[in-house]
Amino acid sequence: MTELSKRDRMRMERTPVPLRDPVDRVKDFDEVSLGYASGLAVLEASRCLNCTRQVCVDGCPVGVRIGDFIQLVADGDFPGAAAVIHEDNVLPSVCGRVCPQEVQCEGACVLGKKGKPIAIGYLERFVADEERRNAISASVVIAPPTGKRVAVIGSGPAGLSCAGDLVKLGHRVVVYEALHELGGVLAYGIPAFRLPKDIVRAEIGALERQGVEFETDVLIGPGMTLRDLLATEGFDAVFIGTGAGLPRFPGVPGEELIGVYSANEFLTRVNLMAAYDPDARTPVYDLVGRPTVVIGGGNTAIDAARTALRLGADRVTLLYRRSETELPARHEEVEHAREEGVHMRFLVSPIAFLGEEGWLRSVTVERMMLGEPDASGRARPEPIPGAVEDIRADVAIIAIGNAPNPVLTRATPSLDTSGAGTITVDLTTGETSIPGVFAGGDITTGGATVIRALGAGRRAAAGIDQWLASQTS
Amino acid sequence: MEARFTVRQVSSLGPDIHRIVIDAPRVARHARPGQFVIVRPTSDGERIPLTVCETDPASGTITLVVQGVGRSTDDLLSLGEHDHVADVLGPLGLPTEVDRFGPCAIVAGGVGAAIALPVARAWKEAGNAIVGILGARSASHLILVDELMATCDEVHLMTEDGSTGGAGLVTDALVTVLQEQSIARVFVVGPIAMMRAVADLTRSAGVPTVASLNPLMVDGTGMCGGCRVTIGGQTRFACVDGPEFDAHLVDFGALAMRNTAYRTFEACQRDLIKAAPHDETAS
Repeated sequence: MTELSKRDRMRMERTPVPLRDPVDRVKDFDEVSLGYASGLAVLEASRCLNCTRQVCVDGCPVGVRIGDFIQLVADGDFPGAAAVIHEDNVLPSVCGRVCPQEVQCEGACVLGKKGKPIAIGYLERFVADEERRNAISASVVIAPPTGKRVAVIGSGPAGLSCAGDLVKLGHRVVVYEALHELGGVLAYGIPAFRLPKDIVRAEIGALERQGVEFETDVLIGPGMTLRDLLATEGFDAVFIGTGAGLPRFPGVPGEELIGVYSANEFLTRVNLMAAYDPDARTPVYDLVGRPTVVIGGGNTAIDAARTALRLGADRVTLLYRRSETELPARHEEVEHAREEGVHMRFLVSPIAFLGEEGWLRSVTVERMMLGEPDASGRARPEPIPGAVEDIRADVAIIAIGNAPNPVLTRATPSLDTSGAGTITVDLTTGETSIPGVFAGGDITTGGATVIRALGAGRRAAAGIDQWLASQTS
Repeated sequence: MEARFTVRQVSSLGPDIHRIVIDAPRVARHARPGQFVIVRPTSDGERIPLTVCETDPASGTITLVVQGVGRSTDDLLSLGEHDHVADVLGPLGLPTEVDRFGPCAIVAGGVGAAIALPVARAWKEAGNAIVGILGARSASHLILVDELMATCDEVHLMTEDGSTGGAGLVTDALVTVLQEQSIARVFVVGPIAMMRAVADLTRSAGVPTVASLNPLMVDGTGMCGGCRVTIGGQTRFACVDGPEFDAHLVDFGALAMRNTAYRTFEACQRDLIKAAPHDETAS
């Protein structure tokens, strides 16, 4: 490609990513975004200004050398680009799909000041997909064995990133997963139309080839304890990445009715247990022709709404208690949900679920208005007195967040936790109140994003490496 | 993956009720009375919660009692020796509280006996006298009678058709026991209607009672909230906060209602629905 001037680059439009037609895509669980082909990727990459000071990298919780990999894409060196990404990110084909780039790397992009930022997410996805399509794996340098063993509890994003870094440093790593499938929220939570499951398996397969050992069907806490891992199972250190898996319920009358689901249960039945398949053994309610509401405004709420549409729900309405401006979900997913026909109602909050003979029939909501900013800095929704209405619904999916999973912390009283149940850690090293035990991801922060968990897993891996070294000397 | 969970022994305890001994060394080493496992028969199967009836840490096996009540539990009934299941996860849930309470009554209906047996053994071992009350539809549905007889100080058998022991319900026997003896604590497990009747009885008699609940469950680790039960007006998760709760605070009506959520689905999945005394179907 001929050399483009800075002005030329700034004049170029952001390259749109091909999407499946909304009419077709709501009929199945295949991926919505088709991703760039190589020509589009090179075109988009050529917009990069290759800034001297790469502010985009500051916006990335794992510090991927974004400018460097994008230059390699622009030059057509896709394996080279993959190698750069792999230095810092163990799950690039996942992050390229699910990261909220608009508030991270792309949010910082200089091009975004006047026009549209460079599509870092689409490019990351392209590089990782290209690598997988060609079955080449970027050569990862593994340090000589240290003889140290580390147990990682939970195979979600935090655990995978911690394991990936530790194994590169020469430590032996065993990842314990409670469920029968690896990946944590990537397996049970994020639907296949946004994150195909073979991609998750491929990323985990790559870690396995690098030497990470995985064991499913192991729940640390009620059976084998943290202490057992250190005392009898011979591990020198432990990383806890058990996530924020305990669904919150609004605590309003009628939430025990049949038809009221937590988003976790609804998505687990569909994603992990494949309930969308009529032959699956695990059922989900027959949504065909049934009015459905989803309560919440995050990515999980949007995922649940779009999943309900794909299961044939008659009318899917998202109910969010603040206004559209405060919607925490990724912009792209909100747009996709709208294209597919998800209705959205803002400034409403449920106060009761009403049913007949045990089955949900409607949700009573009160209308809200925005008041002063609350602790999160967002305007606090306050009820408008007397503004109450009933919304017809046979199914209500609650996606108002998750509390930290209590199973491990309850079984380990010596592990310091906050009032909210999150594990207290040193923010730099991830070390907990127990020497040699580290934690990261949602179990330390409450519900956040995949990429934040990856960042925490990396920091803890560095902390663990340091700690192991200090034990030897 | 290597076959980790191999079936070692299968025996029939009654109509469509099997006792299955299976390799699960970690569970065998760590499980305590009252805890349960999640079993997935095949790699495309459902996750089925089952109580651990016995453990043998030395041989690394656990004993499960399974009643065929749906497509997935039928899969478990079709298992023979040397077959294996895809997954066994456990132990799950909180163990039974074990202490020196004084004389205790253990009340079990149908295959609930499999859940009651380890509790009876633990309470007996802690120095409590145990009255066992075991009920079922008919004599052939009474299971683990010898084992409970060997553990309890006295055992009352009740069948609805009078084919063995007293004719009637477990509550009939419990009324007599509560009249004749001073009972410090009751453990109850069985069909929801039975547990509710026992809870009503012991509430008025002022005897602390623990019920082992059997809501529908998916993951068993606190993640889905499908097993939520209402305890004293609060939403609790049976998998991580239970499965045992103060029977006097349990909203049995809500539990019974929620357990019907997939009846239609299950009916389609199976040619014949059998009324189940202790419906441990996961869904």
